[in-house]
This record gives sequence, structure tokens and C-alpha cells, in this order.
Amino acid sequence: MSAPATQSAGTLLEVSGISVSFDGFKAINNLSFSIGPAEMRAIIGPNGAGKTTFMDIVTGKTKPDEGKVLWGDLSRNLIGMNEARIARAGIGRKFQRPTVFEDQTVFENLLMAVKNDRNPLAVLFFKPKFKDLAKVEELAAEIGLADQLSRKSGELSHGQKQWLEIGMLLAQDPKLLLVDEPAAGMTLGEREHTTDILKEAAKTRAVVVVEHDMEFVRRLDCKVTVLHEGSVLAEGSLDHVTQNQDVIDVYLGR
Amino acid sequence: MDMFKKTPSLPIFIAVLVIFTLAVTFLSEAYGAGAISTSFVKTLGKTLCLALVAIAMDLVWGYTGILSLGHFAFFGLGGYMIGMWLMYARTKLIVVESMASAALPPTPSEISDAIGTQIFGVVGSSDFPLIWTFAHSFWAQIALVVLVPGILALIFGWLAFRSRVTGVYLSILTQAMTLALSLYLFQNDSGLRGNNGLSGLQNLPGADAISQDYISVWFFWASSLALLLTYLLATFLVSGKFGSVIRGIRDDEARVRFLGYSVEGFKLFVFTLTGVIAAIGGALYYPQAGIINPAEIAPIASIYLAVWVAIGGRGRIYGAVIGAAFVSLVSTYFTGGQAPDINLGFYTIKWVDWWLVLLGLSFVLVTLFAPKGIGGLFDLISHRMSPDRHGLPLGPDKGSLREEEAEK
Ligand SMILES: Nc1ncnc2c1ncn2[C@@H]1O[C@H](COP(=O)(O)OP(=O)(O)OP(=O)(O)O)[C@@H](O)[C@H]1O
Ligand SMILES: [Mg+2]
Repeated sequence: MSAPATQSAGTLLEVSGISVSFDGFKAINNLSFSIGPAEMRAIIGPNGAGKTTFMDIVTGKTKPDEGKVLWGDLSRNLIGMNEARIARAGIGRKFQRPTVFEDQTVFENLLMAVKNDRNPLAVLFFKPKFKDLAKVEELAAEIGLADQLSRKSGELSHGQKQWLEIGMLLAQDPKLLLVDEPAAGMTLGEREHTTDILKEAAKTRAVVVVEHDMEFVRRLDCKVTVLHEGSVLAEGSLDHVTQNQDVIDVYLGR
Repeated sequence: MDMFKKTPSLPIFIAVLVIFTLAVTFLSEAYGAGAISTSFVKTLGKTLCLALVAIAMDLVWGYTGILSLGHFAFFGLGGYMIGMWLMYARTKLIVVESMASAALPPTPSEISDAIGTQIFGVVGSSDFPLIWTFAHSFWAQIALVVLVPGILALIFGWLAFRSRVTGVYLSILTQAMTLALSLYLFQNDSGLRGNNGLSGLQNLPGADAISQDYISVWFFWASSLALLLTYLLATFLVSGKFGSVIRGIRDDEARVRFLGYSVEGFKLFVFTLTGVIAAIGGALYYPQAGIINPAEIAPIASIYLAVWVAIGGRGRIYGAVIGAAFVSLVSTYFTGGQAPDINLGFYTIKWVDWWLVLLGLSFVLVTLFAPKGIGGLFDLISHRMSPDRHGLPLGPDKGSLREEEAEK
């Protein structure tokens, strides 16, 4: 077992010793690692390595069989909190498949995500203030959808939906962004734009990106964690991990 | 106002409702030409109440994606609550009057016993059950119209949503609640006169001198006003960010959770609010119907409600109104014996028997070939097209809109 890193002031999220199995199959096996407050981190690994499951656990979708997920300065344990509370605590998530509200406009999607009081009565009497509208416009510009605000998001291209979802993440103003395969299905130009958005975001908050595309990971230019069979196989710079023989055997060499 | 800008159909609806109300008033026997009989005024007033409860159904199903098959139970409960006061107060007047000629003035307990015998004689009892404690007070029963269905919806919703029961299972659960309630009310010792139900509700206490011609129009006005207010409230609910969130829940509730919204809280809010709206509709409906009995709450009634909304076009408020009004009026026509039987020589189609088959068939056809329902016809006029994006449902959830139901 890898010794859990001691919680220091420089840690935003610490995952320690989590395991989860589905019908006896261990999807996450005693996984431990931590992420700093304004850190960009890439997670790579073969299909089924447990990358998405890791995000499910951190965001409260899946309950681990054991282990802790400690969050923030107060090291609060997130296990047992529901998805909505974890999201409000400052963790935003982008899904592997783009999931936006297709029947609603880009504007409505973004406005729904903008950080504001989320209880039903406050939402019912919500009137967008100038700063909310400004935030929506600013984000729309950042994700390249400024002229699409009144379009139904279901009509957007695949890449645009991915951006919209990233925009919704940023609108929540989270301290940690978990981004699952943002570049899937994007053209080269779109990928570059996506890298820029993510790098910009990582200046002020932590960003964890799961991605299969090595070129994309290289452009992110950050520390890389390699997952395999539910635990950390290697960690370090991209060049460092790609030279690791284990990583070559299980992932790159195939 | 924002609401009007986002909902161009709102001023049209208001205009149609006002014109309709005026037209019925000036054609009624009480205030006008008398071209519309008093009993038909009542039918129209009741239809407005059904349109009101259909709006509640559209909010909970068409907008939030919760296929509740129990909202007619709340409607019925609202009717029972107001019915208790109507029956009590009127029986009391009759009893006091009949005792007035006695040599000794009757004591309060004698009056109470006499009222009890009058009301509960049919179920072989004369004692007032506990649930009639407030029946003497108009305002208390009005409060109960809101409180009883509201609290039932709150408790039921809290239990169901907290355990994240969704889709078909939730529908079955709401049917079970409805069935349990109607079976309970069928019992003689339920305190609500078993299968006799409450009757004579068309007679307002102290208004014996006033003809039903007038009372029917007053209730028609009240129903029209209630429908208008419900329509405005529903439009307000769905036009802002709240509408965004509940439509999000309908199409993909997991995603809404990850945005930090408490999906359970929103569902509970909508479920309870619409339960209360349904109850208010019931409180206006049954005085016009004159009688309420447990059969009104039978599970099938709640299913009809879903059928009306589907035929009218869910996810648009005027669709619900049109569906309820159209189907219930056509249903009155066919089941009321007005429709001429069709003689095929070897078999005579009696509409009283065949109407349900026709309704069921229309429901299937609408679901398959015209998912937007009657409301979709308006899209032809306003040239609103469905998007062509080959995505089929607009979200992964059971209640999500189908692609054909969406609009550009
Ligand atoms: N809810 C579940 N029930 C059963 N098995 C599951 C469940 N979720 C994940 N798994 C299994 O756990 C393993 C890890 O899945 P996970 O989705 O985390 O992989 P991944 O690293 O994200 O893979 P990919 O790169 O293909 O997205 C897989 O074998 C998967 O089949
Ligand atoms: Mg995955």
C-alpha cells in the first residue's frame, strides 16, 4: 500500500485508500493520491482502468467500499455527502459523453450553472442580475459560443456541446474541475482551443483531466498520473511516465 | 414582464378565457339569453376545473418528468374537504329550522345529534367522526382543502423522492396511494359516508332562495378565475430559471444534481404545489357536480388525467388545458347518451360502451404519430418546427421529451 500523503496546506483533494468493487470485480483498488489547489493534472490509463469510477466516487455518484476522500482546508470527508452538496462544496464535473440540456438554449444552460443560491424558492424568485448576465456572456465568449446563446443546445455540434459543458463547469466557479475525455470526437483545431480553455482555468483552480490522446496530454504540459486496474501505476511528468516500462507494457505498448 | 415576453401564448389564452366567460354568462339562463341551460353551464364550469388540474399534471409530468398517476386523488380530497362543510352547514340549517317549532328550544347537543343522524344515518351511525371536528367552520375546511392534500403530497413525495424512486416505479407507487385512499374511503367507518359519499353539495347553505341558475354561473366565474390564476402561476413557474431546472430534471436529473441543485427538493416542491393546485380544482368542481364519492378517486381517474395531457400536448400549458377541455367534453357527449348509436346491421355501436375504446385508441395513435398532441397543431400556424437532430429523446431519463415533442 502506498503511504497516504500527509495532508498539507498545499492539498485540495486527497483520496486515500479507496476501493470499490462491482459484483466482485475490483474497479478501484486501494487508490491514493492528492491534488493541489491550483494544479493541472492529467490521468491516463487503459480502458477500464477506473478513471471514470474515480470521478464517480469523488462526486458522490458511487459509494466506495472503503477509504476516504478529504476535501479543502478543513479536510472534510466527502464520502456520504450527496451529489448536489459535493457540487456546491466546489467540485464540478464534465462527463465522458457530452451532457448538456438539449431542449434548452445555450443561455439557459449557462445561466442554470452560474453560481447562485440553489434552493427551490431562491431559484423560483431568481432574477438574473447584471453580473450573472455578464458572467454568461464572458463564458460564452471564452468557449466560442458567444453568437449561439439563443440556440437550442441540442442543435450544437459535438465539439460545441463539449465546450458548453466545460463552460457550465466554469460557471459553477468550482475549486476543482473533473474533466472526463474533453477532446473525444473533436477536430484538431477544436482540441487546441479546449487545451487553452483548460489551461486558463487551471491558473485559478485545480483541474483534473482524463484523456486518452497523448498529444492532448502533452499540450496540457502537467503532471501525469497513470491508473491501471484501479490503482496508481506511475506518476510524474509525461516524459517520465512514458518511459516507465510498466506503463509501456500495459498501456502504450498495445 | 419577462413572463409575457417568453410566452407569446399567454395573452391569447387570457383573451380566449375572458371571451368564453363573457359569452357563457350572456348566454346563461341567469344573466342572458338562456341559450345555455343551467346544467350545461355546470358542465362547462366543471370542465374549467378539469383544465386546471390538467395544468397541475402538466407541471409535474410534462415539465418535471414525474409521471404521477395520483393527482386526481388530491383533486378528490379537495372536494371532500369542502363537501364536509357544505353538508354540515346545510344540514344544520335544516335541523335548526325543523326544531324551531318545538316547545323547548333544543340544546346544542340535541342539534349536534340531529345533524349527525341526518348525515350518518345512511351508514348506520349518528356520531361525528373525528375528521368532522372542523366541519362547522367554513374557513377551517377551506384551510383543510389546502392542508390535507398538501401534507399527504409532502409526506408521500418526501418518502418516494428521498429513496430516488423514478420512472415506472414512481407511477406505480402513486397508483398504489390512490387505490389505498379510494379503498379506505369506500369503507363505511372511514367517517366520510363510505360509498354514499357526500351529496347535495350544489345547495349552498343559506342560499335556498337563490336559484341554481345563478349559483351555477357564480361557480363558473370562480372556476374561470381559478383557471386564470393557475395558468399565470404555471407560466411564472416554467418561464424563469425554475423552469430551466425542472425541465433539466425531466431530461437528465443526474446532470442537475452535479450542478449542485437538490433534485429531491425541487421534485418535492413541484409535487406538493401541484397537489395543492389539484385540490383547489376539486374544491371548485364538486359543488358543481353536487356529489362526491370514492369512485371519483379511483386510480383510473388519475390515468385519464395523464391521457388528457398527452392528447393536448405535454410540456406546454395550453396543451394541457385544451386536452382536458376537449377530451372531457367529448366524453360527456359520448357517455351522456347524446351521441346517436351506429347501426351496422349485424351490430349496433353503443357509444356509451365504445367511447373508452375510442379514447384508448386515440391515445395510442397520438403517442405514436403525433407526440405533440393537439398543441402541435398550433405549431403549424406559428411555423414552429421541430429540430432535426436525430437524437431521439432529449435526455436519458424516462420522462424526458422525445425529439418530436421538442420545438426549435
Ligand atoms: N456501475 C458499474 N457496475 C459494474 N461495473 C462497473 C460500473 N462502473 C464501472 N464498472 C467497471 O469498472 C471498470 C472501470 O470502469 P471505468 O469506467 O472507471 O473505466 P475508465 O478508466 O473510465 O475507462 P475508459 O477509458 O474506457 O473510459 C470497468 O471494467 C467497468 O466495466
Ligand atoms: Mg471512462
